[in-house]
Amino acid sequence: MTFHVNGEDFHETPRPGQCLRTFLRGLGWFGVKKGCDAGDCGACTVQVDGRPVHSCVYPAFRADDREVTTIEGFARGDALSPVQERFVAAQGFQCGFCTPGMIATVAALSPEQLDDLPRALKGNLCRCTGYRSIADAVRGVRNVAAPAAGRGAGADAPAPASRRIVTGAEPYTFDVDMPGLLHLKLLRSPHAHARIVSIDVAAAMAVPGVRLVLTHEDAPETLFSTGLHELDADDPPDTRVLDDVARFVGQRVAAVVAETEAAAELGCRLLRVDYDVLPAVFAPLEAMRPGAPLLHDDPAKTGAARPERNVCAEVHGAVGDPDAGFAAADVVHEGVYETHRVQHAHLETHGSIAWIDERGRLNLRTGSQTPFLTRRRLATVFGMDVADVRVMCARLGGGFGGKQEMLTEDVAALAALKLGRPVKLEFTREEQFTGATTRHPMRVGVKLGATLDGRLTAIAIDVVSNTGAYGNHGPGVLFHGCNESVALYRCANKRVDGVAVYTNTVPAGAFRGYGLSQTSFAIESAMDELARRLGIDPFEMRRINMIRSDDALVAFDDEPHDVEIGSYGLDQCLDLVEAALARRDGEPRLPPDWLIGEGVAIAMLDTVPPRGHFSHAEARLSADGGYELAVGTAEFGSGSTTVHGQFAASALGTTPDRIRIVQSDTDASGYDTGAFGSTGTMIAGKACFDAANALRERILIVAAALLNAPLASCALTAEGVVAGNASVSLAEIAGQSPLSAAGEANGSLRSVAFNVQAFRVAVHRVTGAIRILRSVHAADAGTVINPMQCRGQIEGGVAQAVGAALYEHVDVGPGGAVETKSLRAYHIPAFADAPRTEVMFAETCDAIGPMGAKSMSESPFNPVAAALANAVHDATGERFRTLPLAADRIFARVAARNGQGSRCSEKSPPSGTAPA
Amino acid sequence: MDLDTIAEIVTRPDASSLSEWRDGDGWLGGGTWLFSEPQLDLVRLIDLDGFGWTPLELTGDALRVAATCKLRELHAFPRPDDWTAGALIDQCCDALLGSFKIWNMATVGGNLCLSLPAGPMTALAAALGGTCVIWAPDGTGRRVAAADFVTGDRRNVLTRGELLRSIELPLAGLRSRSAFRQASLTPGGRSAALLIGLKAPDGGFALTVTAATVRPVRLVFETLPESGALGAAIERAIPDTLYHDDIHGHPDWRRRLTFHLAEEIRRELAS
Repeated sequence: MTFHVNGEDFHETPRPGQCLRTFLRGLGWFGVKKGCDAGDCGACTVQVDGRPVHSCVYPAFRADDREVTTIEGFARGDALSPVQERFVAAQGFQCGFCTPGMIATVAALSPEQLDDLPRALKGNLCRCTGYRSIADAVRGVRNVAAPAAGRGAGADAPAPASRRIVTGAEPYTFDVDMPGLLHLKLLRSPHAHARIVSIDVAAAMAVPGVRLVLTHEDAPETLFSTGLHELDADDPPDTRVLDDVARFVGQRVAAVVAETEAAAELGCRLLRVDYDVLPAVFAPLEAMRPGAPLLHDDPAKTGAARPERNVCAEVHGAVGDPDAGFAAADVVHEGVYETHRVQHAHLETHGSIAWIDERGRLNLRTGSQTPFLTRRRLATVFGMDVADVRVMCARLGGGFGGKQEMLTEDVAALAALKLGRPVKLEFTREEQFTGATTRHPMRVGVKLGATLDGRLTAIAIDVVSNTGAYGNHGPGVLFHGCNESVALYRCANKRVDGVAVYTNTVPAGAFRGYGLSQTSFAIESAMDELARRLGIDPFEMRRINMIRSDDALVAFDDEPHDVEIGSYGLDQCLDLVEAALARRDGEPRLPPDWLIGEGVAIAMLDTVPPRGHFSHAEARLSADGGYELAVGTAEFGSGSTTVHGQFAASALGTTPDRIRIVQSDTDASGYDTGAFGSTGTMIAGKACFDAANALRERILIVAAALLNAPLASCALTAEGVVAGNASVSLAEIAGQSPLSAAGEANGSLRSVAFNVQAFRVAVHRVTGAIRILRSVHAADAGTVINPMQCRGQIEGGVAQAVGAALYEHVDVGPGGAVETKSLRAYHIPAFADAPRTEVMFAETCDAIGPMGAKSMSESPFNPVAAALANAVHDATGERFRTLPLAADRIFARVAARNGQGSRCSEKSPPSGTAPA
Repeated sequence: MDLDTIAEIVTRPDASSLSEWRDGDGWLGGGTWLFSEPQLDLVRLIDLDGFGWTPLELTGDALRVAATCKLRELHAFPRPDDWTAGALIDQCCDALLGSFKIWNMATVGGNLCLSLPAGPMTALAAALGGTCVIWAPDGTGRRVAAADFVTGDRRNVLTRGELLRSIELPLAGLRSRSAFRQASLTPGGRSAALLIGLKAPDGGFALTVTAATVRPVRLVFETLPESGALGAAIERAIPDTLYHDDIHGHPDWRRRLTFHLAEEIRRELAS
């Protein structure tokens, strides 16, 4: 067969059942991405004879003698195609993983299709942007503005990787051709709880190409957590690389390593496992009862709070006198609010490649937000020195917290250590749902007391968090969830009780918001209910009770802490949102079957996680006069790399495009805790800024000597240093000796960022369908270093949260198995589903963050669900305390209250919609 | 995704492909569903494209749609002015969960044979009063009303080794007045209810309910019924057990949608 790809001929024959996606990647066209591998997401889109197709469901043999164009075939030499140019100009991407398929699709749209993007782009999913910037790209809107030298901060600078992203040249984790690469596939448990009696590997080992089978007998005894934090003790060590007990359906049981994925998969199917099936428990409240099956009762395991009751972690605390506060209240509101399992659904699946280098060191190329923490955890698991482990990350195809976890590196490393050959483990989309992590489902009881004038007299919350079969992030998410959501309100009397409970379900883990989206849904819904009972406007209710700039931040104890209000823009945010919500321009007029309502919610987030978050950056002036910035943190699409370049350019009086950034490689920079907790600007950014400022001083000192001029008369420009009429170029300065300087940040002394979200929605009184008529969001991010990117973070966060509130749910069946295992079953927002959110910024300048900046990547997610539920209540009169607000779950109550129950007999509402 | 259990593709099938059908064989249409899930029971794919069927042909009284006709080809087929129900072709193509890129690959016959309750080509064929032409391994053929082709969620009338050759859409149906309603849990999502009303020039009315039910339900009336009569007919024809239950919609909700959308269709065609 002959395949014509991007103008080249390939005389190759695909395997009979091979799809075009893997065939093209095998030919070296790595711009063709795998998102879903099932025809849903469009990341693999290529054109065949000019027509766009999903190459993952296109039989490869059918492309014989056809013209195939991948993303690599759109540019002509250095000249980008018009569509590529537009995606750069609009920055129509964040992580960029969907971009090759997006461009291959957009380039083929007819004029009619360009006028109907919700329909034309329904086969292209983007998890990052919320689609506004993609619409801009399609329509030719220019959002980038190249900053002037030394004016990097505050400019809409483009991502340094832009050109590589739109040409398919950016190498993501799996976009490498590694000779001799072996493939690892995992056999996963069909039982929610079972002891493995024996594993017969003979038939698997007999498969041609199979090189190794790993079972619990091959795995280190070391217990660890897949969750990664600066402090190892933050997560209970309860996991093995391969365990002899399976605690959820989908847990790894064995690994097969083979020359091909097909052989490894066949090997997995031929493993014969004898299980001793054990009783299982799926609901946290049942798991805490005496006599419930215990998941981690091994006394050798430490870290769990009360393993005899399946309690992984608990929090209890109070300030003031809550009982007296409730007694003093004129009105007390109580409600129980439930949030469900949702999945990160980053388009790039988890995976890593492990190999042993010529020096005998273990190397990992992995899709991780935390290369340094992963290195340390691998060293612990395998009893190695950290110096003998190198972990590097390419640009990540999305993270959202899901990659603050060691889900693939350990078993790939074990195989590489055993075989001495490179080994790749790449999750399938199904494994993302069955074998990765989710948000922690939570049941949150809220009790609020207030006087008739709306002042809170007491707040109490009681949280039950389901951490699943393992405790990764269980304690952290619980504590964090109970913190800022409660500290947000000034009230003398507060009580918090919470437990994170083990169950035989897929483990929960770090997820954007880190517990706060769940508790915010509860508390912000409850505040709305209380306001309505008191007859107080929901905006006014917040103004009465929210913390002010001079308030102490108190959640559930009086312990000293290192958080302060470095800048306060919550009041501005509330005003901005209220004013924007009052406008109705551009909204459709709807027939009377649509019920209209409005809702608001507010949120606060510490700008840095607690107990230390470190970054060490190094800024260098190379011998050729170019700048290099080395920083350990990873880039998963939030644009932190852009910001790092802007900080450095500001300090060095140059433009960001002149700064080469080396990142996320444990060999290439100083230690960095990782890209989580919204620290890209606050921690790594501060380290970069400090390093660049220190380098500037060194350059000036060297230049002053060269020019024989007083230091104070020397000024650094983009080209070199000038002193009066004399000047010396950067290359000349570097010619003396390459210069470098270090900067660091330790994450102590932290500030808070604020977000306010409001919606106007229409709810159909018969079908329960929800339409978002207006979405407005104001953020207090301090000095906004890159307004274009920050807006994108907010739009994307709101869109992801809308998905979680309205559409997305990971369902676990009666036997504990995840039932939603594809993007077809787990619907993340497509172009048509994501609202266009109006984004506004408070004008503040933070006393703590670098150049006055604050964090803004997780937090926009947090107030969204409550704002929606409050708007739905306003529209329909029905209060929904359980997510998601799916039409088929809410229609019965909406219709019953709003006079549309007559057409067919009323039935009991489906599960999940009963009033709590 | 790669289907690594597949050892052979038959690219030039003939009559013997039917008569020598064996376990592990599968007919390959567009491949858009087949390649979207592991197919561990299949070892050989027989490429229907290899038969070389003409995608679309006008016979005297029908539009003959080959099973291998791609959705794109059906969508692009030039429609005579008197096809007053021709918009149904656009509406049903749009109702597919997959985008226009999937139209470039997916086939009309494949959509029927996959037999999802939400299959929009099933809805189109059933609503227009179409007929399915089936080839059997022994060389014989049979004809089945399109409304009867799908018998349940992922079930149809095809027996072992049979294939769907074509779908004949009567021109009389295309020359009727149509009304289309579709609802799903998300904008552009998989149909939770897809209802089509067809009012013939002689006044006859047919309501076809799909997606809400595990198989199509086609209700035929001599004239457009009153609201109550239509509701009662739906009530009689669709027991609760016939409403589909999956991730894309609770059966109670699908039931509600069915009555609501049916009444909207009735009103539209009454005007």
